[in-house]
Amino acid sequence: MSIKNEEFRPKIVAFCCNWCSYAGADLAGSSRLAYPADVKIIRVPCSCRVNPMFILRAFEKGADGVILCGCHPGDCHYSTGNYYARRRMTLLFSMLDYIGVENGRTRVEWVSAAEGVKFSQTMNEFVEKIRSLGENVRLGDLRCKN
Amino acid sequence: MQELITRAKELLENGTVARVLGWKAGDLPYNPEPAYFTNAEELKDFVYNGFCGANLSKYMIEASKLEGKTLVCLKPCDTYSFNQLLKEHRVDREKAYIVGVGCKGKLNIEKVKSFGIKGIESVFGAEMTDNADTLTFQTIYGEKTCSYAEAMLERCHVCKGKEHVIYDELIGESKDTKDAERFAEVEKIEAMSPEEKFAFFQKELSKCIRCNACRNVCPACSCRKCVFDSTKFDSAQKANVDSFEEKMFHIIRAFHVAGRCTDCGECSRVCPQGIPLHLFNRKFIKDINELYGEFQAGADAETKGPLTNFTFDDAEPSIVANR
Amino acid sequence: MYKIAKENLPALFQLIAEDKELYVPVNNGGQVNFANWTESSQVDLDTLKSVKSPKDAFFPQSENLYTCYKDGKKIQIEPEELQNQNFVVFGMKACDVKGVEVLDKVFLVEPVDTFYAARRAHGTIVAMACHEPEETCFCKVFGIDCANPVADVATWMVEGELYWKALTEKGEALTAAVASLLTDADEAKVEEEKNAIHAIVEKLPYTNLSLEGWNGDVLSEKFDSPVWEELYKPCLACGTCTFVCPTCQCYDIKDYDTGHGIKRYRCWDSCMYSDFTMMAHGNNRTSQLQRFRQRFMHKLVYFPANNDGMYSCVGCGRCVEKCPSSLNIVKVIKAFEKQGGDQ
Repeated sequence: MSIKNEEFRPKIVAFCCNWCSYAGADLAGSSRLAYPADVKIIRVPCSCRVNPMFILRAFEKGADGVILCGCHPGDCHYSTGNYYARRRMTLLFSMLDYIGVENGRTRVEWVSAAEGVKFSQTMNEFVEKIRSLGENVRLGDLRCKN
Repeated sequence: MQELITRAKELLENGTVARVLGWKAGDLPYNPEPAYFTNAEELKDFVYNGFCGANLSKYMIEASKLEGKTLVCLKPCDTYSFNQLLKEHRVDREKAYIVGVGCKGKLNIEKVKSFGIKGIESVFGAEMTDNADTLTFQTIYGEKTCSYAEAMLERCHVCKGKEHVIYDELIGESKDTKDAERFAEVEKIEAMSPEEKFAFFQKELSKCIRCNACRNVCPACSCRKCVFDSTKFDSAQKANVDSFEEKMFHIIRAFHVAGRCTDCGECSRVCPQGIPLHLFNRKFIKDINELYGEFQAGADAETKGPLTNFTFDDAEPSIVANR
Repeated sequence: MYKIAKENLPALFQLIAEDKELYVPVNNGGQVNFANWTESSQVDLDTLKSVKSPKDAFFPQSENLYTCYKDGKKIQIEPEELQNQNFVVFGMKACDVKGVEVLDKVFLVEPVDTFYAARRAHGTIVAMACHEPEETCFCKVFGIDCANPVADVATWMVEGELYWKALTEKGEALTAAVASLLTDADEAKVEEEKNAIHAIVEKLPYTNLSLEGWNGDVLSEKFDSPVWEELYKPCLACGTCTFVCPTCQCYDIKDYDTGHGIKRYRCWDSCMYSDFTMMAHGNNRTSQLQRFRQRFMHKLVYFPANNDGMYSCVGCGRCVEKCPSSLNIVKVIKAFEKQGGDQ
């Protein structure tokens, strides 16, 4: 029963690592690169801090899409955190796909502190994608809907 | 079974072990319970037959804290769980005397009952020595039979083999009961459309009563305090709301044991609602095998698990959408 | 006494469901549980026991109590509406009905639980005699006659026909509402069926289980017994036994944050869980032994002590079937009996 009309403003949660992606978002802002206000950023110390439960919890409470941004592989502030995050997220996304959640509601992107342009582009793309998918009904908690 | 009891008595008497962890005969022909035995007298109730499905390796976490060695009876697939616990330093190898017991497939009483067999008074063919292909039940409603293979637990149809991966001694013959492909069911679901997948899991998970039996029986779920038992966190581990909570619980449960799950099948065995919980675990195992190389948790007690490891050129998460 | 042919039952359900909610045993994915009837429901009246007991109909596993939400700068509180529509639970067994009687002792005494009371007031129970009792049944031990269920309506399924007998006013009213589908019948077949059921019950392995020594006066003796120390060991501390039980009535009250308000709800709790009766100072039962003991002491000692000797076990045998470690109340009773004999 996804509602696809002009009014639909998706709720997007973006987990951004403190050292690269959050700074990248900052740069996007200070460079006046536009990205939709639908994206709500949550700063985390490292992409690897993101527990699969964070992602599911975001969906539960009404997010329509969740994106995780971290340092490029090899550039992690803690050396290896994002390598672990990469494996975890791959498996989690695969599981979500397996239980029938639309592909594309979740995404991982590596954004460095210098990539303000990439950050803004990625967010624009992702919001567009979620708009086309419509409201998240498969992972939300009914109690949060009304 | 007699050989097992004799040996257990011997080891108790010569002081090698302080107790025996095995199964005690139940009050019905099919409900033996896991139990400790400390002397020859108690061993009279010891039983080992087709209904002894319980994986005793998890009990070794508690037994490792006791004084002296515990003789533990482990079936071939249970030894994988023991190895995994050993790897995680949850059990003490020095406190365990592992007797690898033979196994020719364990029985699922729910399956038997689904064939319409009820009012069971006695069972023939479930003993280890019987080697029977057919089970015969004396019931209040007359004699009934069913095939041994058809009454087996799901996990036995995808048996990991008859080798014990860790043991001190072996007693009894094993039989490889594999007659199905381990990932066949997972592949079937993968081939479905997202709508079908969602409908399938919605139907299965709507049965969940949040009893936590799958979690509590799981040898890999050995945290001292589970995230779902936290009072400081609004994941209501007891609410059955038919929408999100069950999915959250089962995805996270499976994720927490991903790379550590040996596929022992206990979760599916104990589920009172018959939810095929192994489908979650097996999906992770299949993905791990495909993405990070073949891996069998518990095959040894040293190798790094796939989620505590990485390579520089691992697949990106976008692979999921592009497969 | 009336009767209706088995193949006319869908019509009967349809008729009842016209103006009432109807709960029937439904097969969903291979498991039979009580659920709201719809035309596409796979009704299963042949399976003796539903996995979960039908107590859900009166005391659901989770139910909302009230909702708080922000209205400008104010907080609004909206209580959940009480049950105000009549409903029918079809196919409860004699033990399940007795289970409801046990729940009544808890929820209908002061202070009355209004949610439960409203459901009891609007619910009509159509009970069914147990055609083929199973080896896990021991209702006779608690004085229940599974051939003669005591409910608003009692029914018997004999040779493809459902015999129907109203026992209370509510039952009469329901009978009148569905009278167009019922035909008159004599009791001979039903008497035969009752005798057959009684004969089977006598053959069940647990029928002669003795409850001697279990009453409200043996508190300290049973509580301090060393028997528990061995008994609890295989217990996994899951909540299966409590959640399938028709008489377990403990619940927890929690808040759910919806992001724009709070839903205060209650859900079944289990004495097997580590956070059971958790209080500000911590937990008064810190070991699994204590939690395990609590369950059986409650059923066989504390409850009779407070309710004129009525046990809060009805012998349905669901825990016997479902315990992952094959532990159950029967083994507990037997272990104490054995211990008593040894002394």
